[in-house]
Amino acid sequence: MGKIATRDAYGQALVQYGKDDNRIVVLDADLAAATKTGVFKKDVPERFFDMGIAEGNMMGVAAGLATTGKIVFASTFAVFASERACEQIRNSICYPKLNVKVCATHAGLTVGEDGASHQALEDLAIMRALPNMVVINPCDGPSANKAVKAIIDYEGPCYSRFGRAAVEDVYTDENFTFEIGKANELVAGKDVTLIGTGMMVQESLKAAEILKTEGINARVLDMHTIKPIDKDAIIKAAIETGAIVTAEEHNIIGGLGGAVAEVVCQNYPCPVKMVAVQDKFGTSGAPAELLEMYGITAAEIVKKAKEAIAAKIK
Amino acid sequence: MDKLKKLELMKTATNIRKSVIEEVFNAKSGHPGGSLSCTDMLTVLYFDEMNVDTKNPQWADRDRFVLSKGHCAPALYATLAEKGFFPKEDLVTLRKTDSYLEGHPNMNHVPGVDMSTGSLGQGISAAVGMALAGKIDNKDYRVYSILGDGELEEGQVWEAAMAAAQFKLDNLTAFVDYNGLQIDGPIKEVMCSEPIAAKFEAFGWNVYEICGNDVEEIKDALEKAKTVKGKPTMIIGKTFKGKGVSFMENQVGWHGKAPNQEQRDQAIAELDEYLKGLEA
Repeated sequence: MGKIATRDAYGQALVQYGKDDNRIVVLDADLAAATKTGVFKKDVPERFFDMGIAEGNMMGVAAGLATTGKIVFASTFAVFASERACEQIRNSICYPKLNVKVCATHAGLTVGEDGASHQALEDLAIMRALPNMVVINPCDGPSANKAVKAIIDYEGPCYSRFGRAAVEDVYTDENFTFEIGKANELVAGKDVTLIGTGMMVQESLKAAEILKTEGINARVLDMHTIKPIDKDAIIKAAIETGAIVTAEEHNIIGGLGGAVAEVVCQNYPCPVKMVAVQDKFGTSGAPAELLEMYGITAAEIVKKAKEAIAAKIK
Repeated sequence: MDKLKKLELMKTATNIRKSVIEEVFNAKSGHPGGSLSCTDMLTVLYFDEMNVDTKNPQWADRDRFVLSKGHCAPALYATLAEKGFFPKEDLVTLRKTDSYLEGHPNMNHVPGVDMSTGSLGQGISAAVGMALAGKIDNKDYRVYSILGDGELEEGQVWEAAMAAAQFKLDNLTAFVDYNGLQIDGPIKEVMCSEPIAAKFEAFGWNVYEICGNDVEEIKDALEKAKTVKGKPTMIIGKTFKGKGVSFMENQVGWHGKAPNQEQRDQAIAELDEYLKGLEA
Protein backbone atom coordinates (compact mmCIF):
# COMPACT_ATOMS: atom_id res chain seq x y z
CA MET A 1 0.00 0.00 0.00
CA GLY A 2 1.30 3.44 -0.91
CA LYS A 3 1.70 6.33 1.45
CA ILE A 4 1.75 9.92 0.22
CA ALA A 5 0.47 13.29 1.44
CA THR A 6 -2.54 14.58 -0.47
CA ARG A 7 -0.61 17.82 -1.12
CA ASP A 8 2.04 15.79 -2.97
CA ALA A 9 -0.65 14.10 -5.03
CA TYR A 10 -2.06 17.57 -5.78
CA GLY A 11 1.26 18.90 -7.11
CA GLN A 12 1.77 15.83 -9.28
CA ALA A 13 -1.78 15.98 -10.60
CA LEU A 14 -1.34 19.63 -11.58
CA VAL A 15 1.53 18.61 -13.84
CA GLN A 16 -0.23 15.49 -15.09
CA TYR A 17 -3.39 17.31 -16.16
CA GLY A 18 -2.10 20.84 -16.59
CA LYS A 19 1.13 20.47 -18.53
CA ASP A 20 -0.52 20.29 -21.93
CA ASP A 21 -3.71 22.15 -21.07
CA ASN A 22 -3.13 25.82 -21.85
CA ARG A 23 -6.28 26.81 -20.00
CA ILE A 24 -4.67 25.94 -16.67
CA VAL A 25 -2.85 28.67 -14.73
CA VAL A 26 -1.46 28.14 -11.23
CA LEU A 27 -1.00 30.84 -8.58
CA ASP A 28 0.64 30.58 -5.20
CA ALA A 29 1.31 32.98 -2.34
CA ASP A 30 4.98 32.30 -1.58
CA LEU A 31 4.38 28.74 -0.41
CA ALA A 32 4.97 26.82 -3.64
CA ALA A 33 7.46 24.44 -2.02
CA ALA A 34 5.01 23.54 0.74
CA THR A 35 1.74 23.46 -1.22
CA LYS A 36 3.55 21.49 -3.97
CA THR A 37 2.51 23.87 -6.74
CA GLY A 38 6.28 24.19 -7.05
CA VAL A 39 6.19 20.92 -8.98
CA PHE A 40 4.04 22.63 -11.63
CA LYS A 41 6.22 25.76 -11.49
CA LYS A 42 9.28 23.68 -12.35
CA ASP A 43 7.63 21.97 -15.33
CA VAL A 44 5.37 24.75 -16.62
CA PRO A 45 6.96 28.06 -15.53
CA GLU A 46 5.08 30.08 -18.17
CA ARG A 47 1.76 29.35 -16.54
CA PHE A 48 2.83 29.63 -12.91
CA PHE A 49 2.77 32.97 -11.06
CA ASP A 50 3.95 33.61 -7.54
CA MET A 51 1.68 36.31 -6.14
CA GLY A 52 3.82 36.86 -3.06
CA ILE A 53 2.48 36.99 0.47
CA ALA A 54 -0.76 38.64 -0.59
CA GLU A 55 -3.59 36.11 -0.50
CA GLY A 56 -6.45 38.58 -0.99
CA ASN A 57 -4.94 39.88 -4.20
CA MET A 58 -4.19 36.33 -5.34
CA MET A 59 -7.88 35.45 -5.21
CA GLY A 60 -8.80 38.60 -7.15
CA VAL A 61 -6.14 37.98 -9.79
CA ALA A 62 -7.38 34.39 -10.05
CA ALA A 63 -10.89 35.75 -10.67
CA GLY A 64 -9.65 38.13 -13.36
CA LEU A 65 -7.75 35.35 -15.12
CA ALA A 66 -10.85 33.15 -14.97
CA THR A 67 -12.99 35.79 -16.71
CA THR A 68 -10.83 35.23 -19.80
CA GLY A 69 -11.46 31.48 -19.87
CA LYS A 70 -8.55 30.26 -17.76
CA ILE A 71 -8.96 27.45 -15.24
CA VAL A 72 -7.13 28.94 -12.30
CA PHE A 73 -5.65 27.08 -9.35
CA ALA A 74 -4.86 29.32 -6.38
CA SER A 75 -2.96 27.72 -3.53
CA THR A 76 -1.80 28.59 -0.06
CA PHE A 77 -2.32 27.16 3.43
CA ALA A 78 -5.96 26.50 4.33
CA VAL A 79 -6.02 29.13 7.08
CA PHE A 80 -4.94 31.89 4.71
CA ALA A 81 -7.04 30.72 1.78
CA SER A 82 -10.34 30.18 3.54
CA GLU A 83 -10.09 32.73 6.30
CA ARG A 84 -7.76 35.58 5.40
CA ALA A 85 -9.01 35.69 1.81
CA CYS A 86 -12.57 34.61 2.59
CA GLU A 87 -14.27 37.78 1.45
CA GLN A 88 -12.29 37.90 -1.78
CA ILE A 89 -13.35 34.32 -2.45
CA ARG A 90 -16.95 35.25 -1.69
CA ASN A 91 -17.26 38.44 -3.72
CA SER A 92 -14.73 38.00 -6.53
CA ILE A 93 -15.03 34.23 -7.13
CA CYS A 94 -18.25 32.71 -5.77
CA TYR A 95 -20.65 35.57 -6.50
CA PRO A 96 -19.66 35.83 -10.21
CA LYS A 97 -19.28 31.99 -10.26
CA LEU A 98 -15.82 32.10 -11.77
CA ASN A 99 -13.77 29.05 -12.62
CA VAL A 100 -11.25 29.28 -9.78
CA LYS A 101 -10.03 26.27 -7.85
CA VAL A 102 -8.88 27.31 -4.40
CA CYS A 103 -6.62 24.42 -3.45
CA ALA A 104 -5.62 24.77 0.16
CA THR A 105 -3.01 22.63 1.87
CA HIS A 106 -1.90 22.22 5.48
CA ALA A 107 -5.43 21.81 6.77
CA GLY A 108 -6.20 20.39 10.20
CA LEU A 109 -4.17 19.37 13.23
CA THR A 110 -1.72 17.28 11.19
CA VAL A 111 0.05 20.51 10.23
CA GLY A 112 1.75 19.62 13.51
CA GLU A 113 4.56 21.65 15.00
CA ASP A 114 3.67 25.02 13.41
CA GLY A 115 0.74 25.11 15.81
CA ALA A 116 -2.64 26.75 16.05
CA SER A 117 -2.04 29.78 13.82
CA HIS A 118 -1.43 27.45 10.88
CA GLN A 119 -3.95 24.69 11.61
CA ALA A 120 -7.20 25.40 9.76
CA LEU A 121 -10.06 23.79 11.68
CA GLU A 122 -12.84 26.01 10.36
CA ASP A 123 -12.23 26.05 6.61
CA LEU A 124 -14.82 23.45 5.60
CA ALA A 125 -17.55 25.27 7.54
CA ILE A 126 -16.63 28.66 6.14
CA MET A 127 -16.26 27.57 2.51
CA ARG A 128 -19.41 25.44 2.71
CA ALA A 129 -21.45 28.49 3.67
CA LEU A 130 -20.63 30.28 0.41
CA PRO A 131 -23.22 29.97 -2.39
CA ASN A 132 -21.83 28.51 -5.66
CA MET A 133 -18.91 26.87 -3.86
CA VAL A 134 -18.06 23.18 -4.19
CA VAL A 135 -16.04 21.81 -1.25
CA ILE A 136 -13.86 18.74 -1.60
CA ASN A 137 -11.69 16.92 0.95
CA PRO A 138 -10.00 13.82 -0.47
CA CYS A 139 -8.63 11.16 1.89
CA ASP A 140 -5.56 9.86 0.07
CA GLY A 141 -3.15 10.33 -2.82
CA PRO A 142 -5.11 8.46 -5.50
CA SER A 143 -8.39 10.23 -4.68
CA ALA A 144 -6.61 13.60 -4.48
CA ASN A 145 -5.36 12.95 -8.01
CA LYS A 146 -8.86 12.15 -9.27
CA ALA A 147 -10.25 15.13 -7.36
CA VAL A 148 -7.95 17.45 -9.33
CA LYS A 149 -9.19 15.93 -12.60
CA ALA A 150 -12.80 16.23 -11.45
CA ILE A 151 -12.50 19.90 -10.51
CA ILE A 152 -10.82 20.70 -13.84
CA ASP A 153 -13.81 19.13 -15.59
CA TYR A 154 -16.29 20.96 -13.35
CA GLU A 155 -16.89 24.57 -14.35
CA GLY A 156 -17.19 26.85 -11.33
CA PRO A 157 -15.62 27.70 -7.99
CA CYS A 158 -14.17 24.88 -5.88
CA TYR A 159 -12.42 24.70 -2.55
CA SER A 160 -10.23 21.63 -2.12
CA ARG A 161 -8.52 20.68 1.09
CA PHE A 162 -5.22 18.84 1.13
CA GLY A 163 -3.11 17.67 4.05
CA ARG A 164 0.54 18.00 4.99
CA ALA A 165 1.08 14.54 6.47
CA ALA A 166 1.58 11.36 4.45
CA VAL A 167 -1.49 9.12 4.61
CA GLU A 168 -2.04 5.47 3.70
CA ASP A 169 -3.78 4.86 0.38
CA VAL A 170 -7.42 3.92 0.77
CA TYR A 171 -7.93 3.36 -2.95
CA THR A 172 -5.56 0.69 -4.16
CA ASP A 173 -7.41 -0.26 -7.33
CA GLU A 174 -6.95 2.58 -9.77
CA ASN A 175 -10.33 1.95 -11.39
CA PHE A 176 -12.27 3.49 -8.51
CA THR A 177 -14.62 6.34 -9.32
CA PHE A 178 -14.43 9.86 -7.97
CA GLU A 179 -17.56 11.81 -8.72
CA ILE A 180 -18.14 15.23 -7.16
CA GLY A 181 -21.07 14.99 -4.74
CA LYS A 182 -21.11 11.19 -4.66
CA ALA A 183 -19.84 9.40 -1.56
CA ASN A 184 -17.95 6.14 -1.98
CA GLU A 185 -19.06 3.19 0.11
CA LEU A 186 -15.88 1.46 1.22
CA VAL A 187 -17.34 -1.11 3.59
CA ALA A 188 -20.87 -2.49 3.60
CA GLY A 189 -22.65 -2.65 6.93
CA LYS A 190 -26.06 -2.48 8.56
CA ASP A 191 -25.56 -1.62 12.25
CA VAL A 192 -24.11 1.87 12.01
CA THR A 193 -22.62 4.13 9.32
CA LEU A 194 -19.24 5.75 9.80
CA ILE A 195 -18.90 8.78 7.54
CA GLY A 196 -15.36 10.06 7.25
CA THR A 197 -13.77 12.85 5.27
CA GLY A 198 -10.10 13.47 4.52
CA MET A 199 -7.67 11.46 6.60
CA MET A 200 -10.54 10.43 8.93
CA VAL A 201 -11.63 7.97 6.26
CA GLN A 202 -8.61 5.84 7.19
CA GLU A 203 -9.55 6.11 10.88
CA SER A 204 -13.14 5.15 10.07
CA LEU A 205 -11.89 2.03 8.30
CA LYS A 206 -9.78 1.11 11.33
CA ALA A 207 -12.78 1.72 13.58
CA ALA A 208 -14.93 -0.55 11.41
CA GLU A 209 -12.33 -3.32 11.83
CA ILE A 210 -12.41 -2.93 15.61
CA LEU A 211 -16.22 -2.90 15.67
CA LYS A 212 -16.29 -6.04 13.53
CA THR A 213 -14.34 -7.95 16.20
CA GLU A 214 -17.13 -7.00 18.59
CA GLY A 215 -19.82 -8.23 16.21
CA ILE A 216 -20.87 -4.79 14.96
CA ASN A 217 -21.13 -4.37 11.20
CA ALA A 218 -20.30 -0.78 10.35
CA ARG A 219 -20.82 0.77 6.94
CA VAL A 220 -18.01 3.16 5.94
CA LEU A 221 -18.52 6.07 3.57
CA ASP A 222 -15.80 8.28 2.13
CA MET A 223 -17.54 11.67 2.04
CA HIS A 224 -14.92 13.35 -0.12
CA THR A 225 -17.37 16.06 -1.19
CA ILE A 226 -18.64 18.20 1.67
CA LYS A 227 -20.69 20.32 -0.72
CA PRO A 228 -22.84 19.37 -2.50
CA ILE A 229 -23.17 16.67 0.16
CA ASP A 230 -24.41 13.26 -0.98
CA LYS A 231 -27.91 13.43 0.50
CA ASP A 232 -28.97 10.12 -0.98
CA ALA A 233 -26.12 8.22 0.65
CA ILE A 234 -26.81 9.87 4.02
CA ILE A 235 -30.56 9.25 3.94
CA LYS A 236 -29.93 5.66 2.86
CA ALA A 237 -27.54 5.26 5.79
CA ALA A 238 -30.11 6.70 8.19
CA ILE A 239 -32.82 4.38 6.91
CA GLU A 240 -30.73 1.23 6.62
CA THR A 241 -28.41 1.52 9.63
CA GLY A 242 -30.32 3.90 11.93
CA ALA A 243 -27.16 5.42 13.44
CA ILE A 244 -24.40 7.62 12.07
CA VAL A 245 -20.97 8.75 13.22
CA THR A 246 -19.13 11.51 11.38
CA ALA A 247 -15.37 11.93 11.61
CA GLU A 248 -13.36 14.92 10.49
CA GLU A 249 -10.11 16.71 11.22
CA HIS A 250 -12.04 19.94 11.74
CA ASN A 251 -14.00 21.86 14.31
CA ILE A 252 -17.29 20.28 15.41
CA ILE A 253 -19.17 23.35 14.18
CA GLY A 254 -20.32 23.50 10.57
CA GLY A 255 -18.11 20.92 8.89
CA LEU A 256 -18.92 17.35 7.85
CA GLY A 257 -20.86 16.68 11.06
CA GLY A 258 -22.99 19.76 10.55
CA ALA A 259 -23.60 18.97 6.90
CA VAL A 260 -24.65 15.39 7.65
CA ALA A 261 -26.86 16.47 10.57
CA GLU A 262 -28.63 19.00 8.33
CA VAL A 263 -29.58 16.21 5.94
CA VAL A 264 -30.52 13.68 8.62
CA CYS A 265 -32.70 15.95 10.76
CA GLN A 266 -34.62 17.26 7.76
CA ASN A 267 -35.14 13.93 6.05
CA TYR A 268 -34.91 10.88 8.29
CA PRO A 269 -33.96 11.65 11.89
CA CYS A 270 -31.61 9.19 13.58
CA PRO A 271 -28.77 9.55 16.13
CA VAL A 272 -25.71 11.34 14.71
CA LYS A 273 -22.53 11.43 16.78
CA MET A 274 -19.58 13.56 15.75
CA VAL A 275 -15.87 12.98 16.06
CA ALA A 276 -14.27 16.39 15.62
CA VAL A 277 -12.29 19.07 17.44
CA GLN A 278 -14.42 20.41 20.31
CA ASP A 279 -14.51 24.10 19.32
CA LYS A 280 -10.88 24.69 20.23
CA PHE A 281 -7.70 25.91 18.56
CA GLY A 282 -4.94 23.44 17.89
CA THR A 283 -1.46 23.58 19.35
CA SER A 284 2.11 22.60 18.49
CA GLY A 285 3.10 18.97 18.54
CA ALA A 286 3.66 15.87 16.50
CA PRO A 287 0.62 15.13 14.32
CA ALA A 288 -0.11 11.74 15.87
CA GLU A 289 0.12 13.17 19.38
CA LEU A 290 -2.25 16.00 18.47
CA LEU A 291 -4.85 13.66 17.00
CA GLU A 292 -4.71 11.63 20.21
CA MET A 293 -4.89 14.74 22.39
CA TYR A 294 -7.93 16.10 20.54
CA GLY A 295 -9.69 12.75 20.25
CA ILE A 296 -9.57 12.54 16.46
CA THR A 297 -8.93 8.78 16.40
CA ALA A 298 -10.35 5.41 15.43
CA ALA A 299 -10.85 4.64 19.14
CA GLU A 300 -13.06 7.71 19.50
CA ILE A 301 -15.06 6.69 16.41
CA VAL A 302 -15.61 3.24 17.98
CA LYS A 303 -16.84 4.85 21.20
CA LYS A 304 -19.22 7.17 19.34
CA ALA A 305 -20.47 4.30 17.19
CA LYS A 306 -21.53 2.40 20.28
CA GLU A 307 -23.22 5.51 21.68
CA ALA A 308 -25.06 6.05 18.42
CA ILE A 309 -26.23 2.45 18.30
CA ALA A 310 -27.42 2.66 21.93
CA ALA A 311 -29.36 5.82 21.09
CA LYS A 312 -31.13 4.34 18.07
CA ILE A 313 -34.78 5.27 17.74
CA LYS A 314 -36.70 2.13 18.60
CA MET B 1 -8.33 66.20 -29.87
CA ASP B 2 -10.32 68.12 -32.44
CA LYS B 3 -13.00 70.49 -31.19
CA LEU B 4 -15.92 68.56 -32.66
CA LYS B 5 -14.82 65.30 -31.04
CA LYS B 6 -14.38 67.03 -27.73
CA LEU B 7 -17.83 68.60 -27.97
CA GLU B 8 -19.36 65.27 -28.87
CA LEU B 9 -17.76 63.56 -25.87
CA MET B 10 -18.89 66.36 -23.54
CA LYS B 11 -22.44 65.97 -24.82
CA THR B 12 -22.29 62.21 -24.31
CA ALA B 13 -20.99 62.71 -20.77
CA THR B 14 -23.84 65.11 -20.03
CA ASN B 15 -26.41 62.62 -21.30
CA ILE B 16 -24.82 59.95 -19.09
CA ARG B 17 -25.04 62.31 -16.12
CA LYS B 18 -28.75 62.82 -16.84
CA SER B 19 -29.21 59.04 -16.85
CA VAL B 20 -27.37 58.78 -13.52
CA ILE B 21 -29.80 61.23 -11.95
CA GLU B 22 -32.82 59.39 -13.38
CA GLU B 23 -31.49 56.03 -12.21
CA VAL B 24 -30.83 57.08 -8.64
CA PHE B 25 -34.04 59.13 -8.47
CA ASN B 26 -36.12 56.14 -9.55
CA ALA B 27 -34.25 53.72 -7.31
CA LYS B 28 -34.66 56.11 -4.37
CA SER B 29 -31.13 55.10 -3.34
CA GLY B 30 -27.66 54.73 -4.83
CA HIS B 31 -24.49 56.73 -5.24
CA PRO B 32 -24.81 59.88 -7.38
CA GLY B 33 -21.74 61.80 -6.10
CA GLY B 34 -19.01 59.40 -7.17
CA SER B 35 -20.95 58.40 -10.29
CA LEU B 36 -20.96 61.99 -11.52
CA SER B 37 -17.27 62.47 -10.69
CA CYS B 38 -16.09 59.50 -12.79
CA THR B 39 -18.52 60.04 -15.72
CA ASP B 40 -15.98 61.78 -17.95
CA MET B 41 -13.48 58.93 -17.55
CA LEU B 42 -16.14 56.37 -18.46
CA THR B 43 -17.25 58.46 -21.43
CA VAL B 44 -13.79 58.69 -22.94
CA LEU B 45 -13.10 55.01 -22.28
CA TYR B 46 -16.26 53.73 -23.95
CA PHE B 47 -16.66 56.36 -26.68
CA ASP B 48 -13.10 57.15 -27.72
CA GLU B 49 -10.77 54.46 -26.42
CA MET B 50 -11.96 50.92 -25.84
CA ASN B 51 -12.42 48.25 -28.46
CA VAL B 52 -15.75 46.68 -27.58
CA ASP B 53 -18.63 45.18 -29.52
CA THR B 54 -22.11 45.88 -28.19
CA LYS B 55 -23.46 43.01 -30.32
CA ASN B 56 -20.93 40.60 -28.82
CA PRO B 57 -20.13 41.69 -25.26
CA GLN B 58 -18.14 38.51 -24.60
CA TRP B 59 -15.86 38.98 -27.65
CA ALA B 60 -12.60 37.35 -26.50
CA ASP B 61 -10.28 40.04 -27.88
CA ARG B 62 -12.20 43.04 -26.52
CA ASP B 63 -10.66 45.62 -24.24
CA ARG B 64 -11.85 45.13 -20.69
CA PHE B 65 -13.03 47.47 -17.98
CA VAL B 66 -13.38 46.88 -14.24
CA LEU B 67 -15.22 49.41 -12.09
CA SER B 68 -13.23 48.83 -8.91
CA LYS B 69 -15.33 51.49 -7.17
CA GLY B 70 -18.37 49.33 -7.86
CA HIS B 71 -20.84 51.56 -6.01
CA CYS B 72 -20.67 53.93 -8.99
CA ALA B 73 -22.66 51.36 -10.95
CA PRO B 74 -25.19 54.05 -12.00
CA ALA B 75 -22.47 55.72 -14.09
CA LEU B 76 -21.29 52.43 -15.58
CA TYR B 77 -24.83 51.32 -16.45
CA ALA B 78 -25.65 54.71 -17.95
CA THR B 79 -22.47 54.55 -20.06
CA LEU B 80 -23.12 50.99 -21.25
CA ALA B 81 -26.73 51.85 -22.13
CA GLU B 82 -25.63 55.01 -23.95
CA LYS B 83 -23.13 52.87 -25.88
CA GLY B 84 -25.90 50.42 -26.84
CA PHE B 85 -25.21 47.34 -24.72
CA PHE B 86 -28.81 47.40 -23.44
CA PRO B 87 -31.85 49.70 -23.70
CA LYS B 88 -31.65 53.05 -21.93
CA GLU B 89 -35.25 52.60 -20.79
CA ASP B 90 -34.08 49.81 -18.47
CA LEU B 91 -31.95 52.23 -16.46
CA VAL B 92 -34.91 53.31 -14.32
CA THR B 93 -35.22 49.74 -13.03
CA LEU B 94 -31.94 50.10 -11.12
CA ARG B 95 -31.96 48.34 -7.73
CA LYS B 96 -35.40 46.78 -8.22
CA THR B 97 -35.92 43.07 -7.48
CA ASP B 98 -37.00 42.25 -11.03
CA SER B 99 -34.16 44.20 -12.67
CA TYR B 100 -30.82 42.93 -13.93
CA LEU B 101 -29.30 46.22 -12.83
CA GLU B 102 -28.29 45.46 -9.27
CA GLY B 103 -26.96 48.04 -6.83
CA HIS B 104 -23.44 46.92 -7.67
CA PRO B 105 -22.37 45.46 -11.05
CA ASN B 106 -22.96 41.77 -11.76
CA MET B 107 -21.03 40.46 -14.78
CA ASN B 108 -23.44 37.57 -15.23
CA HIS B 109 -26.51 39.76 -15.52
CA VAL B 110 -25.47 42.98 -17.23
CA PRO B 111 -24.28 42.96 -20.86
CA GLY B 112 -20.94 44.76 -21.09
CA VAL B 113 -19.94 44.36 -17.45
CA ASP B 114 -16.61 42.51 -17.41
CA MET B 115 -16.33 41.90 -13.65
CA SER B 116 -18.66 41.85 -10.67
CA THR B 117 -17.53 44.44 -8.15
CA GLY B 118 -18.78 46.28 -5.11
CA SER B 119 -16.39 45.27 -2.37
CA LEU B 120 -13.72 47.95 -2.53
CA GLY B 121 -10.15 47.00 -3.37
CA GLN B 122 -11.09 43.83 -5.20
CA GLY B 123 -11.75 45.08 -8.71
CA ILE B 124 -8.20 46.19 -9.35
CA SER B 125 -6.96 42.68 -8.54
CA ALA B 126 -9.32 41.24 -11.13
CA ALA B 127 -8.07 43.82 -13.64
CA VAL B 128 -4.51 42.65 -12.90
CA GLY B 129 -5.66 39.08 -13.59
CA MET B 130 -7.22 40.07 -16.92
CA ALA B 131 -4.06 41.92 -17.96
CA LEU B 132 -1.93 38.95 -16.92
CA ALA B 133 -4.11 36.67 -19.05
CA GLY B 134 -3.47 38.99 -22.01
CA LYS B 135 0.27 38.59 -21.48
CA ILE B 136 0.04 34.80 -21.14
CA ASP B 137 -1.91 34.54 -24.39
CA ASN B 138 0.06 37.24 -26.25
CA LYS B 139 -3.14 39.14 -26.93
CA ASP B 140 -3.09 42.87 -27.51
CA TYR B 141 -6.31 43.79 -25.73
CA ARG B 142 -5.99 46.40 -22.98
CA VAL B 143 -7.49 46.45 -19.51
CA TYR B 144 -8.87 49.55 -17.79
CA SER B 145 -10.10 50.20 -14.28
CA ILE B 146 -11.37 53.07 -12.13
CA LEU B 147 -10.62 53.23 -8.41
CA GLY B 148 -11.91 55.67 -5.83
CA ASP B 149 -9.52 57.75 -3.74
CA GLY B 150 -11.17 56.42 -0.59
CA GLU B 151 -10.79 52.91 -2.00
CA LEU B 152 -7.01 53.37 -1.86
CA GLU B 153 -7.33 52.85 1.90
CA GLU B 154 -7.90 49.15 1.21
CA GLY B 155 -4.63 47.22 1.58
CA GLN B 156 -5.54 44.97 -1.33
CA VAL B 157 -5.13 47.88 -3.74
CA TRP B 158 -1.44 47.98 -2.88
CA GLU B 159 -1.08 44.22 -3.15
CA ALA B 160 -2.53 44.54 -6.64
CA ALA B 161 -0.31 47.53 -7.40
CA MET B 162 2.78 45.51 -6.48
CA ALA B 163 1.68 42.59 -8.64
CA ALA B 164 0.93 44.78 -11.69
CA ALA B 165 4.44 46.24 -11.54
CA GLN B 166 6.05 42.85 -10.81
CA PHE B 167 4.46 41.35 -13.93
CA LYS B 168 5.19 44.47 -16.03
CA LEU B 169 1.55 44.86 -17.04
CA ASP B 170 1.85 47.71 -19.54
CA ASN B 171 -1.52 46.61 -20.95
CA LEU B 172 -3.19 47.86 -17.77
CA THR B 173 -4.28 51.48 -17.32
CA ALA B 174 -6.18 52.50 -14.21
CA PHE B 175 -7.68 55.75 -12.98
CA VAL B 176 -8.04 57.17 -9.52
CA ASP B 177 -11.23 59.22 -9.30
CA TYR B 178 -9.63 61.77 -6.98
CA ASN B 179 -12.61 63.74 -5.71
CA GLY B 180 -11.22 64.02 -2.18
CA LEU B 181 -14.37 62.81 -0.43
CA GLN B 182 -15.51 59.53 1.06
CA ILE B 183 -18.69 58.61 2.96
CA ASP B 184 -17.56 59.79 6.37
CA GLY B 185 -15.94 63.02 5.14
CA PRO B 186 -12.90 64.37 3.30
CA ILE B 187 -10.22 61.71 2.75
CA LYS B 188 -7.72 64.03 4.44
CA GLU B 189 -9.76 63.78 7.64
CA VAL B 190 -10.95 60.17 7.49
CA MET B 191 -7.82 58.29 6.36
CA CYS B 192 -5.53 60.19 4.08
CA SER B 193 -4.41 58.23 1.01
CA GLU B 194 -2.25 61.12 -0.20
CA PRO B 195 0.24 61.64 -1.73
CA ILE B 196 -1.35 59.37 -4.32
CA ALA B 197 1.00 59.94 -7.25
CA ALA B 198 4.14 59.41 -5.18
CA LYS B 199 2.72 56.19 -3.77
CA PHE B 200 1.99 54.65 -7.17
CA GLU B 201 5.36 55.82 -8.50
CA ALA B 202 7.02 54.13 -5.54
CA PHE B 203 5.06 50.97 -6.38
CA GLY B 204 6.56 50.98 -9.87
CA TRP B 205 3.74 52.52 -11.91
CA ASN B 206 3.89 55.13 -14.63
CA VAL B 207 1.77 57.99 -13.27
CA TYR B 208 -0.06 60.95 -14.83
CA GLU B 209 -1.90 63.65 -12.92
CA ILE B 210 -4.69 65.32 -14.84
CA CYS B 211 -8.06 66.98 -14.51
CA GLY B 212 -10.37 63.97 -14.39
CA ASN B 213 -13.37 65.95 -15.57
CA ASP B 214 -11.66 67.09 -18.79
CA VAL B 215 -12.26 64.67 -21.67
CA GLU B 216 -9.30 65.96 -23.65
CA GLU B 217 -6.82 65.51 -20.78
CA ILE B 218 -8.24 62.04 -20.15
CA LYS B 219 -7.78 61.02 -23.78
CA ASP B 220 -4.25 62.47 -23.95
CA ALA B 221 -3.23 60.50 -20.85
CA LEU B 222 -4.71 57.29 -22.27
CA GLU B 223 -2.79 57.80 -25.52
CA LYS B 224 0.49 58.39 -23.69
CA ALA B 225 -0.11 55.33 -21.50
CA LYS B 226 -0.16 53.13 -24.60
CA THR B 227 3.40 54.13 -25.47
CA VAL B 228 4.82 53.15 -22.06
CA LYS B 229 6.44 49.74 -22.03
CA GLY B 230 7.06 47.46 -19.05
CA LYS B 231 4.92 49.35 -16.54
CA PRO B 232 1.24 49.76 -15.72
CA THR B 233 -0.12 53.31 -15.83
CA MET B 234 -2.13 55.10 -13.16
CA ILE B 235 -3.99 58.21 -14.25
CA ILE B 236 -4.86 60.28 -11.21
CA GLY B 237 -7.80 62.42 -12.26
CA LYS B 238 -8.65 65.30 -9.96
CA THR B 239 -12.41 65.46 -10.05
CA PHE B 240 -15.41 67.04 -8.39
CA LYS B 241 -17.76 64.71 -6.62
CA GLY B 242 -21.26 65.38 -7.96
CA LYS B 243 -19.82 67.10 -11.06
CA GLY B 244 -22.44 68.78 -13.27
CA VAL B 245 -25.16 69.29 -10.66
CA SER B 246 -24.59 72.50 -8.71
CA PHE B 247 -26.02 71.44 -5.38
CA MET B 248 -24.24 68.06 -5.42
CA GLU B 249 -20.81 69.34 -6.40
CA ASN B 250 -18.13 68.74 -3.80
CA GLN B 251 -20.76 67.80 -1.20
CA VAL B 252 -19.94 64.72 0.86
CA GLY B 253 -23.65 64.33 1.71
CA TRP B 254 -24.37 63.28 -1.89
CA HIS B 255 -22.12 60.21 -1.73
CA GLY B 256 -25.01 57.82 -1.27
CA LYS B 257 -28.29 59.71 -1.32
CA ALA B 258 -31.07 59.92 -3.91
CA PRO B 259 -32.53 63.27 -5.00
CA ASN B 260 -36.20 63.97 -4.31
CA GLN B 261 -38.55 65.09 -7.12
CA GLU B 262 -37.64 68.75 -6.80
CA GLN B 263 -33.91 68.03 -6.67
CA ARG B 264 -34.20 65.66 -9.61
CA ASP B 265 -36.01 68.34 -11.65
CA GLN B 266 -33.37 70.93 -10.83
CA ALA B 267 -30.50 68.54 -11.66
CA ILE B 268 -32.02 67.59 -15.02
CA ALA B 269 -32.75 71.26 -15.80
CA GLU B 270 -29.13 72.21 -15.08
CA LEU B 271 -27.78 69.38 -17.22
CA ASP B 272 -30.20 70.25 -20.04
CA GLU B 273 -29.07 73.85 -19.84
CA TYR B 274 -25.43 72.74 -20.10
CA LEU B 275 -26.28 70.51 -23.04
CA LYS B 276 -27.98 73.43 -24.79
CA GLY B 277 -24.83 75.49 -24.31
CA LEU B 278 -22.71 72.72 -25.85
CA GLU B 279 -25.04 72.47 -28.82
CA ALA B 280 -24.93 76.23 -29.39
